Amino acid sequence: MTVQEQTTQQSVEALLARIAELEARVEALEQAPAQDIEDRLAMVVFSGDLDKALAAFIIATGAAAMGLEVSMFFTFWGLSVVRKGRAFEGKNVIQKAFGAMLPAGEQSLHLSKMDFFGAGAALMRKIMRDNNVSSLDEMVELAQELGVRMVACEMSRDLLGIRDEELIDGLESGGVATFIGDASRSKVTLFI
Amino acid sequence: MSETFDVTQELDVRGLNCPMPLVKSRKAVNALPVGGVLKVVATDRGSVKDFQAWAKTAKNIELVAQEETEQDGQTLYIHYLKRTS
Repeated sequence: MTVQEQTTQQSVEALLARIAELEARVEALEQAPAQDIEDRLAMVVFSGDLDKALAAFIIATGAAAMGLEVSMFFTFWGLSVVRKGRAFEGKNVIQKAFGAMLPAGEQSLHLSKMDFFGAGAALMRKIMRDNNVSSLDEMVELAQELGVRMVACEMSRDLLGIRDEELIDGLESGGVATFIGDASRSKVTLFI
Repeated sequence: MSETFDVTQELDVRGLNCPMPLVKSRKAVNALPVGGVLKVVATDRGSVKDFQAWAKTAKNIELVAQEETEQDGQTLYIHYLKRTS
Protein backbone atom coordinates (compact mmCIF):
# COMPACT_ATOMS: atom_id res chain seq x y z
CA MET A 1 0.00 0.00 0.00
CA THR A 2 1.44 3.33 -1.01
CA VAL A 3 1.45 6.33 1.27
CA GLN A 4 -1.15 7.98 -0.91
CA GLU A 5 -3.55 5.00 -0.69
CA GLN A 6 -3.12 4.98 3.06
CA THR A 7 -4.13 8.61 3.45
CA THR A 8 -7.14 8.13 1.15
CA GLN A 9 -8.32 5.20 3.23
CA GLN A 10 -7.89 7.20 6.40
CA SER A 11 -9.97 10.08 5.12
CA VAL A 12 -12.70 7.68 3.91
CA GLU A 13 -12.81 6.12 7.35
CA ALA A 14 -13.00 9.53 8.97
CA LEU A 15 -15.88 10.46 6.67
CA LEU A 16 -17.77 7.24 7.41
CA ALA A 17 -17.36 7.84 11.13
CA ARG A 18 -18.65 11.37 10.71
CA ILE A 19 -21.68 10.14 8.71
CA ALA A 20 -22.49 7.57 11.38
CA GLU A 21 -22.27 10.24 14.05
CA LEU A 22 -24.57 12.57 12.12
CA GLU A 23 -27.09 9.78 11.47
CA ALA A 24 -27.24 9.14 15.21
CA ARG A 25 -27.85 12.83 15.85
CA VAL A 26 -30.63 13.04 13.24
CA GLU A 27 -32.28 10.03 14.82
CA ALA A 28 -32.06 11.58 18.28
CA LEU A 29 -33.55 14.84 17.00
CA GLU A 30 -36.36 13.02 15.25
CA GLN A 31 -37.28 11.24 18.45
CA ALA A 32 -37.22 14.39 20.59
CA PRO A 33 -40.58 16.15 20.93
CA ALA A 34 -41.03 18.80 18.26
CA GLN A 35 -40.44 22.36 19.39
CA ASP A 36 -43.61 23.90 18.08
CA ILE A 37 -43.01 27.61 18.16
CA GLU A 38 -45.99 29.27 16.57
CA ASP A 39 -46.98 32.77 15.58
CA ARG A 40 -48.24 33.49 19.06
CA LEU A 41 -47.80 36.10 21.74
CA ALA A 42 -48.39 35.37 25.41
CA MET A 43 -48.42 38.18 27.91
CA VAL A 44 -48.75 38.50 31.66
CA VAL A 45 -50.43 41.73 32.72
CA PHE A 46 -49.32 42.06 36.34
CA SER A 47 -49.48 45.83 36.63
CA GLY A 48 -52.65 47.79 37.24
CA ASP A 49 -51.14 51.08 36.08
CA LEU A 50 -52.89 52.93 33.31
CA ASP A 51 -49.74 53.53 31.25
CA LYS A 52 -48.57 49.92 31.47
CA ALA A 53 -52.04 48.64 30.66
CA LEU A 54 -52.10 50.86 27.58
CA ALA A 55 -48.76 49.49 26.44
CA ALA A 56 -50.05 45.95 26.98
CA PHE A 57 -53.18 46.55 24.92
CA ILE A 58 -51.39 48.40 22.13
CA ILE A 59 -49.00 45.45 21.79
CA ALA A 60 -51.84 42.92 22.00
CA THR A 61 -54.08 44.58 19.41
CA GLY A 62 -51.15 45.33 17.11
CA ALA A 63 -49.94 41.73 17.28
CA ALA A 64 -53.45 40.40 16.69
CA ALA A 65 -53.78 42.67 13.67
CA MET A 66 -50.45 41.36 12.36
CA GLY A 67 -51.85 37.86 12.48
CA LEU A 68 -50.48 36.54 15.77
CA GLU A 69 -52.62 34.55 18.17
CA VAL A 70 -52.58 36.60 21.35
CA SER A 71 -53.17 35.51 24.95
CA MET A 72 -53.26 37.92 27.89
CA PHE A 73 -53.11 36.75 31.48
CA PHE A 74 -54.32 39.19 34.09
CA THR A 75 -52.94 38.61 37.53
CA PHE A 76 -52.64 40.58 40.81
CA TRP A 77 -52.92 44.32 40.16
CA GLY A 78 -53.53 43.62 36.50
CA LEU A 79 -57.00 42.39 37.42
CA SER A 80 -57.92 46.05 38.01
CA VAL A 81 -57.50 46.64 34.29
CA VAL A 82 -60.31 44.22 33.45
CA ARG A 83 -62.48 45.17 36.41
CA LYS A 84 -65.69 46.99 35.63
CA GLY A 85 -67.26 47.57 39.04
CA ARG A 86 -67.32 46.81 42.74
CA ALA A 87 -69.33 44.29 44.75
CA PHE A 88 -69.12 43.96 48.53
CA GLU A 89 -71.85 41.54 49.54
CA GLY A 90 -70.67 38.33 51.17
CA LYS A 91 -67.00 39.33 51.34
CA ASN A 92 -64.88 39.32 54.48
CA VAL A 93 -63.32 42.50 55.88
CA ILE A 94 -59.99 42.11 54.10
CA GLN A 95 -61.67 41.37 50.78
CA LYS A 96 -63.95 44.37 51.22
CA ALA A 97 -60.93 46.58 51.94
CA PHE A 98 -59.10 45.28 48.87
CA GLY A 99 -62.23 45.67 46.80
CA ALA A 100 -62.63 49.28 47.89
CA MET A 101 -58.99 50.26 47.43
CA LEU A 102 -58.29 48.56 44.13
CA PRO A 103 -59.25 50.53 41.06
CA ALA A 104 -62.29 49.32 39.19
CA GLY A 105 -62.38 50.19 35.54
CA GLU A 106 -60.32 52.33 33.25
CA GLN A 107 -61.38 55.65 34.72
CA SER A 108 -59.92 54.82 38.14
CA LEU A 109 -56.52 53.55 37.02
CA HIS A 110 -53.43 55.58 37.88
CA LEU A 111 -50.17 56.33 36.10
CA SER A 112 -47.00 54.56 37.26
CA LYS A 113 -45.17 57.91 37.25
CA MET A 114 -46.23 61.53 37.71
CA ASP A 115 -49.74 60.56 38.73
CA PHE A 116 -50.18 63.28 41.40
CA PHE A 117 -53.18 61.55 43.01
CA GLY A 118 -54.96 60.95 39.72
CA ALA A 119 -54.36 64.36 38.14
CA GLY A 120 -51.62 62.93 35.93
CA ALA A 121 -53.88 60.11 34.75
CA ALA A 122 -56.67 62.58 33.97
CA LEU A 123 -54.24 64.73 32.01
CA MET A 124 -52.98 61.67 30.16
CA ARG A 125 -56.55 60.76 29.15
CA LYS A 126 -57.08 64.29 27.86
CA ILE A 127 -53.83 64.26 25.86
CA MET A 128 -54.77 60.89 24.41
CA ARG A 129 -58.19 62.18 23.34
CA ASP A 130 -56.61 65.30 21.83
CA ASN A 131 -54.11 63.16 19.90
CA ASN A 132 -56.76 60.75 18.72
CA VAL A 133 -55.23 57.80 20.57
CA SER A 134 -57.79 55.14 21.47
CA SER A 135 -58.77 54.97 25.12
CA LEU A 136 -58.05 51.86 27.15
CA ASP A 137 -61.74 50.89 27.10
CA GLU A 138 -61.76 51.03 23.31
CA MET A 139 -58.57 48.97 23.16
CA VAL A 140 -60.02 46.28 25.41
CA GLU A 141 -63.10 46.09 23.23
CA LEU A 142 -60.94 46.00 20.12
CA ALA A 143 -58.77 43.23 21.56
CA GLN A 144 -61.87 41.13 22.18
CA GLU A 145 -63.11 41.84 18.68
CA LEU A 146 -59.75 40.69 17.27
CA GLY A 147 -60.04 37.42 19.17
CA VAL A 148 -57.42 38.07 21.85
CA ARG A 149 -57.69 35.42 24.53
CA MET A 150 -58.04 37.00 27.97
CA VAL A 151 -57.60 34.96 31.09
CA ALA A 152 -58.07 36.13 34.68
CA CYS A 153 -55.80 34.42 37.19
CA GLU A 154 -58.02 32.43 39.49
CA MET A 155 -55.63 32.43 42.44
CA SER A 156 -55.04 36.19 42.63
CA ARG A 157 -58.73 36.83 41.93
CA ASP A 158 -59.53 34.72 45.00
CA LEU A 159 -56.86 36.41 47.13
CA LEU A 160 -58.09 39.89 46.30
CA GLY A 161 -61.68 38.73 46.58
CA ILE A 162 -62.62 39.91 43.12
CA ARG A 163 -65.79 38.25 41.87
CA ASP A 164 -66.70 37.26 38.34
CA GLU A 165 -69.42 39.90 38.22
CA GLU A 166 -66.83 42.61 38.94
CA LEU A 167 -64.86 41.67 35.82
CA ILE A 168 -65.63 42.51 32.21
CA ASP A 169 -67.41 39.91 30.11
CA GLY A 170 -65.55 37.49 27.91
CA LEU A 171 -62.79 36.61 30.38
CA GLU A 172 -61.68 33.05 30.93
CA SER A 173 -60.50 31.79 34.27
CA GLY A 174 -57.22 29.94 34.57
CA GLY A 175 -53.95 29.37 36.35
CA VAL A 176 -50.25 29.22 35.65
CA ALA A 177 -50.60 26.14 33.43
CA THR A 178 -52.94 28.04 31.15
CA PHE A 179 -50.28 30.71 30.73
CA ILE A 180 -47.38 28.28 30.29
CA GLY A 181 -49.46 26.23 27.88
CA ASP A 182 -49.75 29.25 25.60
CA ALA A 183 -46.35 30.78 26.41
CA SER A 184 -44.40 27.62 25.57
CA ARG A 185 -45.76 27.76 22.03
CA SER A 186 -45.27 31.51 21.64
CA LYS A 187 -42.61 33.35 19.70
CA VAL A 188 -43.11 36.36 21.91
CA THR A 189 -43.68 36.38 25.66
CA LEU A 190 -43.99 39.48 27.79
CA PHE A 191 -44.44 40.38 31.43
CA ILE A 192 -45.95 43.79 31.96
CA MET B 1 -46.76 58.04 -9.55
CA SER B 2 -46.79 55.06 -11.85
CA GLU B 3 -49.34 52.54 -10.79
CA THR B 4 -48.80 49.07 -12.13
CA PHE B 5 -51.59 47.57 -10.08
CA ASP B 6 -55.27 48.26 -9.57
CA VAL B 7 -56.41 49.47 -6.21
CA THR B 8 -59.31 47.32 -5.08
CA GLN B 9 -60.18 49.38 -2.04
CA GLU B 10 -59.08 52.51 -0.28
CA LEU B 11 -58.83 53.02 3.46
CA ASP B 12 -58.52 56.40 5.14
CA VAL B 13 -56.81 56.24 8.53
CA ARG B 14 -55.72 59.86 8.64
CA GLY B 15 -55.49 61.19 12.18
CA LEU B 16 -55.39 57.73 13.72
CA ASN B 17 -52.48 56.59 15.83
CA CYS B 18 -50.77 53.32 16.65
CA PRO B 19 -52.13 50.62 16.59
CA MET B 20 -55.27 51.74 14.76
CA PRO B 21 -53.86 52.04 11.21
CA LEU B 22 -52.67 48.43 11.50
CA VAL B 23 -55.88 47.15 13.07
CA LYS B 24 -58.16 48.84 10.53
CA SER B 25 -55.98 47.70 7.64
CA ARG B 26 -56.06 44.12 8.86
CA LYS B 27 -59.84 44.20 8.88
CA ALA B 28 -59.93 45.72 5.40
CA VAL B 29 -57.42 43.19 4.04
CA ASN B 30 -59.52 40.35 5.42
CA ALA B 31 -62.43 41.66 3.42
CA LEU B 32 -60.38 41.87 0.20
CA PRO B 33 -60.54 39.20 -2.47
CA VAL B 34 -57.28 37.27 -2.96
CA GLY B 35 -55.03 39.31 -5.25
CA GLY B 36 -56.77 42.54 -4.29
CA VAL B 37 -54.82 45.64 -3.35
CA LEU B 38 -55.66 47.90 -0.43
CA LYS B 39 -54.53 51.50 -0.47
CA VAL B 40 -54.06 52.91 3.02
CA VAL B 41 -53.73 56.64 3.60
CA ALA B 42 -52.22 57.44 6.99
CA THR B 43 -50.77 60.41 8.84
CA ASP B 44 -48.98 58.26 11.43
CA ARG B 45 -45.26 58.44 10.66
CA GLY B 46 -44.64 55.16 12.49
CA SER B 47 -46.92 53.38 10.05
CA VAL B 48 -44.12 53.30 7.44
CA LYS B 49 -41.99 50.88 9.44
CA ASP B 50 -45.04 49.19 10.92
CA PHE B 51 -46.42 48.17 7.56
CA GLN B 52 -43.02 46.89 6.45
CA ALA B 53 -42.80 44.75 9.57
CA TRP B 54 -46.36 43.53 9.16
CA ALA B 55 -45.76 42.46 5.56
CA LYS B 56 -42.64 40.60 6.69
CA THR B 57 -44.49 38.81 9.49
CA ALA B 58 -47.78 38.05 7.79
CA LYS B 59 -48.00 35.16 5.40
CA ASN B 60 -50.70 36.49 3.12
CA ILE B 61 -49.72 40.13 2.74
CA GLU B 62 -47.35 41.79 0.34
CA LEU B 63 -46.39 45.45 0.59
CA VAL B 64 -46.45 46.45 -3.07
CA ALA B 65 -45.51 50.09 -2.62
CA GLN B 66 -45.15 52.90 -0.12
CA GLU B 67 -45.07 56.60 -0.80
CA GLU B 68 -45.13 59.95 0.92
CA THR B 69 -46.96 63.03 -0.27
CA GLU B 70 -47.63 66.47 1.13
CA GLN B 71 -51.20 67.66 1.34
CA ASP B 72 -52.41 70.80 3.08
CA GLY B 73 -49.14 71.03 5.00
CA GLN B 74 -49.59 67.47 6.22
CA THR B 75 -47.44 64.51 5.28
CA LEU B 76 -49.45 61.55 4.06
CA TYR B 77 -48.00 58.06 4.21
CA ILE B 78 -49.57 55.83 1.62
CA HIS B 79 -49.25 52.07 1.67
CA TYR B 80 -50.37 49.55 -0.93
CA LEU B 81 -51.02 46.11 0.46
CA LYS B 82 -51.80 43.06 -1.61
CA ARG B 83 -53.62 40.05 -0.27
CA THR B 84 -51.73 37.06 -1.65
CA SER B 85 -53.83 34.22 -0.27
